[in-house]
Amino acid sequence: MYSQGLTDAKGGDEPAELLAEFQAKIDREEKIEPRDWMPEAYRKTLIRQMSQHAHSEIVGQLPEGNWVTRAPSLKRKMILLAKIQDEAGHGLYIYSATETLGVTRDQLNDELLTGKAKYSSIFNYPTLSWADIGAVGWLVDGAAIMNQVPLCRTSYGPYSRSMIRICKEESFHQRQGYEIMTVLARGSKEQKDMAQRALNRFWWPSLMMFGPSDKDSKHSEQSMKWKIKRFTNDELRQKFIDATVPQAEHLGLTVPDPELKWNEQTGHYDHGEIDWNEFVNVIKGNGPCNKERMQARIKAHEEGAWVREAAQQYHANKKSEAA
Amino acid sequence: MEPALYQYLLRLADSSLTMGQRLAEWCGHGPYLEEDVALTNVSLDLIGHAQMFYQIAVEVSGEHKTPDDLAFLRDAHEFRNPLLTELPKGDFAYTTLKQYFVDVFNLHLYQALSKSKHQPLAQAAKKALMEVKYHLTRSQAWCERLSLSTDEAKQRMQQAFDDLWFYTPELFETDEAMLQLADQGLIADYSVLQSYWQQQVSDLISKCQLVVPQSGWLATGGLQGEHSEHLGYMLAEMQFLQRAYPGCEW
Repeated sequence: MYSQGLTDAKGGDEPAELLAEFQAKIDREEKIEPRDWMPEAYRKTLIRQMSQHAHSEIVGQLPEGNWVTRAPSLKRKMILLAKIQDEAGHGLYIYSATETLGVTRDQLNDELLTGKAKYSSIFNYPTLSWADIGAVGWLVDGAAIMNQVPLCRTSYGPYSRSMIRICKEESFHQRQGYEIMTVLARGSKEQKDMAQRALNRFWWPSLMMFGPSDKDSKHSEQSMKWKIKRFTNDELRQKFIDATVPQAEHLGLTVPDPELKWNEQTGHYDHGEIDWNEFVNVIKGNGPCNKERMQARIKAHEEGAWVREAAQQYHANKKSEAA
Repeated sequence: MEPALYQYLLRLADSSLTMGQRLAEWCGHGPYLEEDVALTNVSLDLIGHAQMFYQIAVEVSGEHKTPDDLAFLRDAHEFRNPLLTELPKGDFAYTTLKQYFVDVFNLHLYQALSKSKHQPLAQAAKKALMEVKYHLTRSQAWCERLSLSTDEAKQRMQQAFDDLWFYTPELFETDEAMLQLADQGLIADYSVLQSYWQQQVSDLISKCQLVVPQSGWLATGGLQGEHSEHLGYMLAEMQFLQRAYPGCEW
């Protein structure tokens, strides 16, 4: 395990000059690299945020994987498979980037499987129709991009670099999701209804992906100072709404928010209040699919145990043969 | 329309599609992340091969159909794959060994087909061959890893071997029409393929210390469209949207 450049000190015990130099570096827009000194709280915040991000990519395979075997054409099946592979790949990059902060992938995986670590609440919603695969690409990846583009400039070097690569792929995903929706919206009445139902179900959960509103976000202020975050949750949510509403109109679909209205004065859409009870509930584990998602990950991990053991044993045998 | 070549192309395409479809079931459920990606990557290649062969089949048939029509609008009795490729995914040993058997077969098959006098088929085989080489490297490495490691893994590999072995001879089944295609230099000579396959697989069997089972039901029927019970369920799932909403674009 890598731990150079880190101190064990908890916040408060760290030398003021180191903290000042660290902040000055961030203010000069220089990247923090794994070997650099960093406050313990910065390291912890990053581990929390990055591992949540990686876990989200992995758990996010499940709702999309739900339609791989039922994709309606060979082309759609191949695109979906490739997309889910990308997501697994993103999980891999981010786990690797997180490992530079002195944790192992096994530890992070344990935290996910024991429920200690969180992942994006959006993946606790079911994908009930093929249109949901379109909606996930369009809205969920669209929201993810809003969150992730600023992360390309985040202060921690390994995270920033992995995000640059990930964002390129995510924008592809978003476009293919929108393309699925376009075909459905122009298709038969049943297909258009399918698309509308998917929008109805995924709209609000997508808005929740930006996290609690600024007044309730406990991590925001420090993260902004450290330039881990560049925009607040509400700013990003508003950007997403402003970008997405015209796209829904273009499809001829209705955003399920009766209070949604263009505001000439602010230059933004006004929107209805998010059901924060639902948000808190899903985060607490009481969403429609929290249990299934975790059970699926635990099952894959447990059923794969003998494979991982066999691979280790085989390599140990090879090593001792060579010795 | 050349009915014999058309049927043969369906056999190639159906085999790749059913293999790819089964592997896709691993998506999100692999034993670890790297393997999850690898399994779906092979799946993706195989579905791509299916699409290429269906496309050639469409051209050969001269009918106004698409590769999707062939994949999504035929019933089980019209599928021409050997039973091996439609078997359930099973555990990782079963998936791996099934993949290995098919990879060795595909390697020799596509090497032979890349010399086919039917140019589109030769081109497609060349393209598929490049990917199959990687598939085989991977499945063979896993066969060795699993067979020469822990007791549990050895036991699972032997179980998979017992369950799959008698499905393999069907890979080489031919009928009168195929023999004629082979005579014309359009497709491979399957008896030659079989001898290559047997040689290569028996090397692995001895390396992996697997025991060849003594007896079992010798699978057959795919060439005539008589399949296992598994294919119907696979198609019910795979074809659901096309069947439930006929005539739509997706």
